[in-house]
Amino acid sequence: MRLDDLNRRDFMAAGTGLFVFARAEWLDAQQPPAARRPSYPTDFNAFLRIGGDGRVTGLVGKVEMGQGEMTALAQCLADELDVPYDSVDMVMGDTELCPWDSGTGGSTCIQLFSLVLRRAGAEARAVLLQMAAEQLQAPVERLKVAAGVVSDPAQDKRITYAEMVQGKRIERHLGNVPLKSPAEFRLIGRSQPWKGAVEMVTGKTKYTGDISVPGMLCARILRPPVHGATLREVDTTAAEKAGAQVVRTDGLIAVLHERRDVADAALGLVKARFDRPAAGPDDRTIFDHLLKNAPPATLLGEKGDPADGEKQAAHIVEETYLNSYVAHAPIETHSAVAAFEDGKFTVWVSTQWPFQVKQQLADALGVSPESIRVITPVVGGGFGGKSVTSPTGAQQAHEAARLARATGKPVQVVWDRGEEFFYNNFRPAAVVKVRAGLSGAGKIVSWVYQVCAAGPRDAISVYDIPNQRTTSAGNYTDSSHPPGMHPFRVGPWRGPAANTNTFARESHLDILAAKAGVDPVEFRLNHLTDARLRRALETASEKFGWKPAKAPTGRGVGIACGTYKNESRMVTMAEVAVDKRTGHVQVKRVVCVMDQGLTVNPEGSQIQLEGGIVMGMGYSLTEEIRFQGGDILNRDFDTYPIPRFSWTPRIETFLIDNPATPSAGCGEPPAITMGAVIANAIFDAVGIRLLQLPMTPERVRAAIQNLQG
Amino acid sequence: MQRTISFTLNGKPERVTVDDERMLLWVLRGDLGLTGTKFGCGEAVCGACTVIVDKEPVRSCSVPVKDIAGKQVLTIEGLGHDGKLHPIQEAFVKHHALQCGYCTPGMILSAYALLLKTPRPTEAEIVRHMDDNLCRCGSYPRIVAAIGEAAAGTKSGAR
Repeated sequence: MRLDDLNRRDFMAAGTGLFVFARAEWLDAQQPPAARRPSYPTDFNAFLRIGGDGRVTGLVGKVEMGQGEMTALAQCLADELDVPYDSVDMVMGDTELCPWDSGTGGSTCIQLFSLVLRRAGAEARAVLLQMAAEQLQAPVERLKVAAGVVSDPAQDKRITYAEMVQGKRIERHLGNVPLKSPAEFRLIGRSQPWKGAVEMVTGKTKYTGDISVPGMLCARILRPPVHGATLREVDTTAAEKAGAQVVRTDGLIAVLHERRDVADAALGLVKARFDRPAAGPDDRTIFDHLLKNAPPATLLGEKGDPADGEKQAAHIVEETYLNSYVAHAPIETHSAVAAFEDGKFTVWVSTQWPFQVKQQLADALGVSPESIRVITPVVGGGFGGKSVTSPTGAQQAHEAARLARATGKPVQVVWDRGEEFFYNNFRPAAVVKVRAGLSGAGKIVSWVYQVCAAGPRDAISVYDIPNQRTTSAGNYTDSSHPPGMHPFRVGPWRGPAANTNTFARESHLDILAAKAGVDPVEFRLNHLTDARLRRALETASEKFGWKPAKAPTGRGVGIACGTYKNESRMVTMAEVAVDKRTGHVQVKRVVCVMDQGLTVNPEGSQIQLEGGIVMGMGYSLTEEIRFQGGDILNRDFDTYPIPRFSWTPRIETFLIDNPATPSAGCGEPPAITMGAVIANAIFDAVGIRLLQLPMTPERVRAAIQNLQG
Repeated sequence: MQRTISFTLNGKPERVTVDDERMLLWVLRGDLGLTGTKFGCGEAVCGACTVIVDKEPVRSCSVPVKDIAGKQVLTIEGLGHDGKLHPIQEAFVKHHALQCGYCTPGMILSAYALLLKTPRPTEAEIVRHMDDNLCRCGSYPRIVAAIGEAAAGTKSGAR
């Protein structure tokens, strides 16, 4: 049985058919064709090992990139298996040791693997109990298990897991082993020490760029000045004179040296002339370009007839919302080390999708997948930027492997900051048109929502509107667009599509609330029957101390609701200060209430909420890729400012206790409400409505002048 | 110019014979195998490569190795003593003041430099001092809390 089926069954059993649909959407958007997709193993041995020393190893093909999976997954395994949390080590993202996996993204780690590891742990525990019963000659019912020790109080006898297993595979299997109920949890739902933290604070953690293999060369690669440029001529003489090895292979021109900085300097000595492409769209013309070049829109959902609804409307409010391309900008740049020995490649890669990298490398190198081992050390930030949504997605791994084969030596490729920006799979620029009808009684009677280029995720409104139609043109992966629609690669960015759609929907809700003269929280409640979101909204109002009033009040407070993949529910409230002279917006306080179903690690979840809030301030306030003629104009942190200490508001996060609903994961969702909550708070502060992200000081100033003028 | 540079590294004498214009970051990582100091931007903007030179925080990606001749260099590998974590490291672990951990060594050493000069910083002083260290995961609030606690927990701030 496949994991997909297992989950479908569980979620159906839980009476929440929506989960199935949402997951399928994620898989369709990001996965290779089904024929190429292996499935998850059913044998629990694939996911866990019990060593002769009693230590337990959890094996998962997803990667740790700061989202705390090693901690939360170890909790799940240890809880069901009844071993101490500290005795569990997680091995992740190694294609030789871990079972196949679909890739790390979509906040699916906990959603899928909390169940997988719990099932593996529960079945192994039941098998071990049965084995212990035989060895201790006692009925299973009489046995007790704690910390990996099975004991029979009646005979005062005991045996450990380690003694029974002795580091071997467990051959026996049992079906239909029940999982623990929330009341029986010992570790799930309780914060645990962060796995790997001590190594991180002492500098011992090895990221991909820290891997050193004897004889390894560091490669720097000649890059075009702009996307679409073609190389005319190149002279590498000076680089060779400087002691670097120059390699030309399959269109790559690389300089290599055992010291990275010497290779850097040598690359600077390469003289190259490129032809530039004809001018394409730039960061100002891109929105018209997208509308003209988008694939046909597909209908996502329809109810009633919006045209009929408009007949009952006293006001029609129509707006167009824009957001720019944004970069992932992890502090660890794309890195890879490839060693080619005895016909076998070992490739360390900072990637979110190790198994796809393995398959892609096999295809690209013309070798069998069995001859490639991909190892993913801890990844220094991903956020979607290290997912593999195009055939050469893990470009740096392809480069390292090709150069390793060409030189016969291990090769390291670590992109510099400029390359990281240049080759990023940006969050797509997007256009959302919303047209809504508001009745004289303050009810939304029609809603037409058209998103272009961002993707369909969470485009369908969570609000109860009798007449509505939602369409989406294009998605956030390269393969979902006609060639040339985007001037460079695009991909998922923390809460893909949902951060665009939530900005548009929640901004529009606020415009309608102001038009109706109703407090924005009350206005939302008036259109909301979803019990989980209502509860989150009421909780947030209480925690924030929301005082109902018609906006703008001058206080600078805002609200935005969010759903993620229709699974989690969240409400964010924020207070901002707007400097009318400079246009600078300071976010002073954020309250975020999250209902993600069962929480495995409360503190880990809160850290993700805080991180999403901080990161979300970036795309809301400053982050925007500027480009012209294929050139990426901002390629460093001076010209592409990301959130800093001094931006950080007071953040309060609250998790709604909802253990009966399956875990939805919370790595991405908190980022999605930030655009709208800040836009709505700015409106409340100074009465301006910003329809384009990011809300830079220039745009804020222009809107203020417009209002005054 | 190729020459021998002597300095103190994590309390012990060290000598490297290298082109003295090379940046300290790459000598630490490549020649000396100390990979706890990270490359983030190469332009002294992100702070991932921060190390301490004579009690001052410096961006090792932009300091030529000739500039450290005769000086005391402290990297993340040299911060704890006798297998014990430094109070700042302890506080980062306790507060979960990290996510991917990549910026963490630079954060901790920047904080160390702050507490050397200002053993009891206010929250505003912590924010001002740390503002040029970037964390994309957004661990800022917890880092501020961790530094505050490390400062409060030691008699003179840092050792």
